[in-house]
Amino acid sequence: MTTIAPEETAREAVFDATVAADERIEPRDWMPDAYRSTLVRQIAQHAHSEIIGMQPEANWITRAPSLRRKAILMAKVQDEAGHGLYLYSAAETLGTSRDELLDKLHSGRQKYSSIFNYPTLTWADVGAIGWLVDGAAITNQVPLCRCSYGPYARAMVRVCKEESFHQRQGYELLLTLSRGTDAQHAMAQDAVNRWWWPSLMMFGPPDDESAHSAQSMAWKIKRHSNDELRQRFVDICVPQAEALGLTLPDPDLTWNDERGHWEFGAIDWAEFREVLKGNGPCNEQRISRRRQAHEEGAWVREAAAAHAAKHGKASR
Amino acid sequence: MNITATPALPLGDDALILSHRLGEWAGHAPVLEEEVALANIALDLLGQARILLSLAGDEDELAYLREERQFRNLQLVEQPNGDFAHTIARQLYFSTYQELLFNHLAATDSELAPLAGKAVKEVAYHRDHAHQWTLRLGDGTDESRTRMQRAVDALWRYTGELFEPVEGLETVPWAALHDSWAARITSTLEQATLTVPEGPRHGAWTAGAGRQGLHTEPFGRMLAEMQHLHRSHPGATW
Amino acid sequence: MTTPRPAETPTAAADTAPRPGDWPLWEVFVRSRRGLSHTHAGSLHAPDAEMALRNARDLYTRRSEGVSLWVVPSAQITASSPDEKDAFFEPAGDKPYRHPTFYEIPDGVHHL
Repeated sequence: MTTIAPEETAREAVFDATVAADERIEPRDWMPDAYRSTLVRQIAQHAHSEIIGMQPEANWITRAPSLRRKAILMAKVQDEAGHGLYLYSAAETLGTSRDELLDKLHSGRQKYSSIFNYPTLTWADVGAIGWLVDGAAITNQVPLCRCSYGPYARAMVRVCKEESFHQRQGYELLLTLSRGTDAQHAMAQDAVNRWWWPSLMMFGPPDDESAHSAQSMAWKIKRHSNDELRQRFVDICVPQAEALGLTLPDPDLTWNDERGHWEFGAIDWAEFREVLKGNGPCNEQRISRRRQAHEEGAWVREAAAAHAAKHGKASR
Repeated sequence: MNITATPALPLGDDALILSHRLGEWAGHAPVLEEEVALANIALDLLGQARILLSLAGDEDELAYLREERQFRNLQLVEQPNGDFAHTIARQLYFSTYQELLFNHLAATDSELAPLAGKAVKEVAYHRDHAHQWTLRLGDGTDESRTRMQRAVDALWRYTGELFEPVEGLETVPWAALHDSWAARITSTLEQATLTVPEGPRHGAWTAGAGRQGLHTEPFGRMLAEMQHLHRSHPGATW
Repeated sequence: MTTPRPAETPTAAADTAPRPGDWPLWEVFVRSRRGLSHTHAGSLHAPDAEMALRNARDLYTRRSEGVSLWVVPSAQITASSPDEKDAFFEPAGDKPYRHPTFYEIPDGVHHL
């Protein structure tokens, strides 16, 4: 270990005091390298999840069964592109360009949320994603609006504000199916059966196995533990499922009066790790689709850049 | 199915079908900013389609339960997306037409005037988007110029139909609309250093075109995909 | 309020050189309604100013959040450095007479 210069210690003290006082760290402030790299990793993963997450839902835009639903779904998928943009923009304040982050996504060096490696097999999956996947995401994201890094927190405020319609439309979609024909009801139940457990995995590994949790909590990048948020989500979902007239696929779900929480069954972490490793049903498909869009768009991006250069409009 | 005879039907079909095609871009756009831009245009068009189709009957019955031959949209709007240049050329041709037509309708006392007045602002933006991209692709790199020229040439044969009279829109001065359209398109293409196509504006087939319910091969597939789920559950609500 | 870009941050990676199709970054400022000033909303990529403005319209005002937009190339923003914070902002701290609360006004005097 090299000796730390006194000004370094002083800067670190300022950083620590700012975080401790619940103030925001801003882009040009001094920050520990590990803080910066943790943030880049987390924000990039979040941004990647938004844009990969467009695919499973876009899969149903052309088949949406009513024009109203089609408009809602298009707007939602568009929002996800927008959220990706807000988040890349936040990551760029840390000195990493979007092109570089996209390269890392395309080459598999950065991850996105594993949930999007599951397929959308029926129309009801659009509803299940809205209710459960977006619901879990919101549970995770609301605390991020108070994250210690200013640009990330501000991006999350915008995302959360826009996200609120996503979950509602999913719930409403499922409710309509659940109260519809027998075939529609069965479609809704099947979707919930397939999405419930992967949604619980979205909160990440249990606290005692979570690699980055403790440091992130100390830095106030993260405000609640994985298990805490997962429990909050389950508690919210159980009565919502009941109101939907659908069952959650967990025979062990029981109310614990003493704890004031719903107990739930064991999560299959082996599946989680396998999907994370690349063995999910859609890992390959999602990333190659993304790469393809990027590669096929190269000539368009180059044309616009060349046009700007030719006409003296380029900003650099 | 009750279908009211109204020019809202062919115009609504144009918006519906083009919106669908643009929706196919979701997740495939050349850059993220363009995902947002294309979706905005698709959403504007879908909004227009819903208002227009509702003047002709039930929007979902019309969209999901008509057969191919009952659709009255232009063949131009049903053409597959192709590469980004094809999509932009299709937008340029159509938005320029739609802006001129809606501008005219907005000033009439037709039942379409309120919709046209509102939509013309959206459409002006769509045209500007296509215009800006035509300039950049036409006068960008060698590759982009080749692609853009190929696209404006390929879709040229569907542009004659834009100015065929539409039943119920007898007061529209189609010839004058055409001249304004041609002047604008020429101006954009020249500014983009592209050559204005010179080929025929119609196919050789004299049986008719989109407005008469005669469509191109890709349209049937598009409808099959669009209507499949709705038709698989007769009478269901969504 | 603004989010200046750190042009020379230590982690600014060198493992990918800019390619011909990489677009520069622009900062977007939105006037949410008349009477208010433009506020920083975020950033985006665009090949030139005209496209930046259009992209900003599509991205940052798709829920009618604005009546006017500015786009500025991020590279053109000169920001004060946090290291100079004291030199920049502290001298203002000892001029309390610039703030109205510095002055005592007798009870019963209004409209001041």
